[in-house]
Amino acid sequence: MPVTIRRIIIALSLAMSLTGCATTATLPPEVPPMHSVSEIKDERVAQSKDSWEGFNRTMYNFNYRLDKYFLLPIVSGYEFITPTFVQQGVSNFFNNIEETRNLTNSIFQLKGKQTLMTLGRFVTNSTLGIGGLFDVATPMGMPVRREDFGLTLGYWGCGPGPYLVLPFFGPSSVRDGSGILVDAGIRYALVSAINPDVNIGDEWDTIHAGVTALEAIDKRHGESFRYYGTEYPFEYDMTRYFYTKKREFESSK
Amino acid sequence: MKHTRPLLLLVSLVLLPALCRAADEGYGYPFQGSYEATIMQTPPALKPELPKKIRVEELVLDVIPDLKKPDVFFYNEGLRCTFAYQKEKAPLVFVIAGTGGSHKAPRLMTLMKALYQAGFHVIILPSPTHPNFVISASHTHIPGDLTDDAADLYWAMEMAWLKVKDDIEVSDFYLTGFSLGGTQAAFVAKLDEERKSFNFRKVLMINPAVSLYNSIGQIEGLLDKIPGGKDSIVTFFNTTMDKFTKFYHRGEFVALNDEFLFKAFQEKLLSTEEEGGVIGTVFRTGSAGMIFASDVMTNGGYVVPKNRVLSNTESLTDYFWVAIHLSFFQYFDEYFLPYFQKKRPGLTREALIEAQSLKSIEGYLKSSRKFGVMTNENDFILKPGDLDYLRQLFGERAKIYPIGGHGGNFEYKDNLAYAVGFFK
Repeated sequence: MPVTIRRIIIALSLAMSLTGCATTATLPPEVPPMHSVSEIKDERVAQSKDSWEGFNRTMYNFNYRLDKYFLLPIVSGYEFITPTFVQQGVSNFFNNIEETRNLTNSIFQLKGKQTLMTLGRFVTNSTLGIGGLFDVATPMGMPVRREDFGLTLGYWGCGPGPYLVLPFFGPSSVRDGSGILVDAGIRYALVSAINPDVNIGDEWDTIHAGVTALEAIDKRHGESFRYYGTEYPFEYDMTRYFYTKKREFESSK
Repeated sequence: MKHTRPLLLLVSLVLLPALCRAADEGYGYPFQGSYEATIMQTPPALKPELPKKIRVEELVLDVIPDLKKPDVFFYNEGLRCTFAYQKEKAPLVFVIAGTGGSHKAPRLMTLMKALYQAGFHVIILPSPTHPNFVISASHTHIPGDLTDDAADLYWAMEMAWLKVKDDIEVSDFYLTGFSLGGTQAAFVAKLDEERKSFNFRKVLMINPAVSLYNSIGQIEGLLDKIPGGKDSIVTFFNTTMDKFTKFYHRGEFVALNDEFLFKAFQEKLLSTEEEGGVIGTVFRTGSAGMIFASDVMTNGGYVVPKNRVLSNTESLTDYFWVAIHLSFFQYFDEYFLPYFQKKRPGLTREALIEAQSLKSIEGYLKSSRKFGVMTNENDFILKPGDLDYLRQLFGERAKIYPIGGHGGNFEYKDNLAYAVGFFK
């Protein structure tokens, strides 16, 4: 774990240092444009403020480079060497583990029916679905209901706080970012409770690291979003708007 | 015998509407309204069954060597095209995306799969109005002129061909395009008659504009009808989103998906005017990106201060806000026209408008049998008279569906079958 943290810090400082590279050459003076904000009497596109925009845009660019030079090449390699049914199995397996997150948060939100449904999914897929390798619950009429701690906080009335782009995880908010940490903590506690030996011995460390890496690869493999994939100049704004809106849709339900 | 002809004519005139109705009933595309069809497009169950995995890759082309790209477009690596290829010798179809469309526009990906299934190679090019094209493949970086854009497209097609020609075997070349891309296809084909790099055998224009200026008028007209008019486009957008949020919370929806959208339209969540407003807003969103990309590339001082060097972490939010409020007419009169008048002194506004129309090359279009057109009676980008004009121009090679709006029925199985059949 400390190694990972150190890596993140190094990566972050690298990303930050990149912003310092822009230098201004001697250019003719600026001339005001024909159209500017002063003439517009309309609402703003996104009504929530982007208080940390400079940091967020830097992080957005960092994630673009992280994808381009590191994650996506690994993901393509993974997709190239493993048959599609194996990829599907891997995705199903990790999705099934994530049901614990959906389950705990359904409980936190006191959603009885949804808790039962999620528990049903988890049990069905863990048994009939052979340890989660197959998703047999969905065709049986138990669709996945995503929940996480950020949504739980939202459900109980906590606002999202400032928009925040996280390294690796991408678009988030202060609330949702903290949620990711809480969910990770709960999962760690659950795993330790089920198998207290998990943290003992080098072998376990190696296996654990391998599984974590595979999960990260699977996550990126399952996510079709590409930073600057649209090449639309206002993609950052669009992403922020739709992320915020989507979470708003999900969290008050 | 002499008298039977008028009689036959009379009978057919009486029967014609009945026959048309029969044809209507035989056409199973579900959305009757023009705007509704344009927004909802084709439900998955009514699309044809297409291969899930095909041989496809992305081409990144260095179209203009030594092009200087500002830091704010640091992610632009060249013109992006989608390339699907067969192992055997096969005809190659070039596809031009519609206004603001990329090389991965969903409906074009569907067309690509349908063509691939029928044994074609396919190359999809982004629209010359897409920022990727404006930045990396437009020699003037000022999109919207059919002649200039056709030349840029042709050059890009030649570059794409150069890149793939050693890897595939091609028997013939074909060309198609959607919306603005359909109109551009006609101009590209005309250029091909001189340059002869491809000798396109057939060209299919899908939902083309007859006159670009008229079509932008039709689209801008949609925004005149929203509450507060076109200056309140963002307020309208926010209000509409709120409507959807409230609707989502009322119903038993589990996800933001097609089913949710379908329900919303079934229950008439939006009025017809509001539906039109949504379409207008989508077009403006696309044009905002196009205007910004063009302005930065030319240092035009239109929405970005002239001589301003934008860094890649600088906020672009205000530019977005300004650009989305600019109408296509403003772009034409304040940016596009002055550029061409500077280049060609004496050029009138009317002449430039005329040039952006199929009518400016109608002699050629009439003389060639390689063209076909596919559109809908209720396509709102067409003005009254445009349909008759297309019929007159292309005769039986004009396939006009009764409904479907602007490309709403593009992925409907009958339409795709017709498009693929056209090239067979």
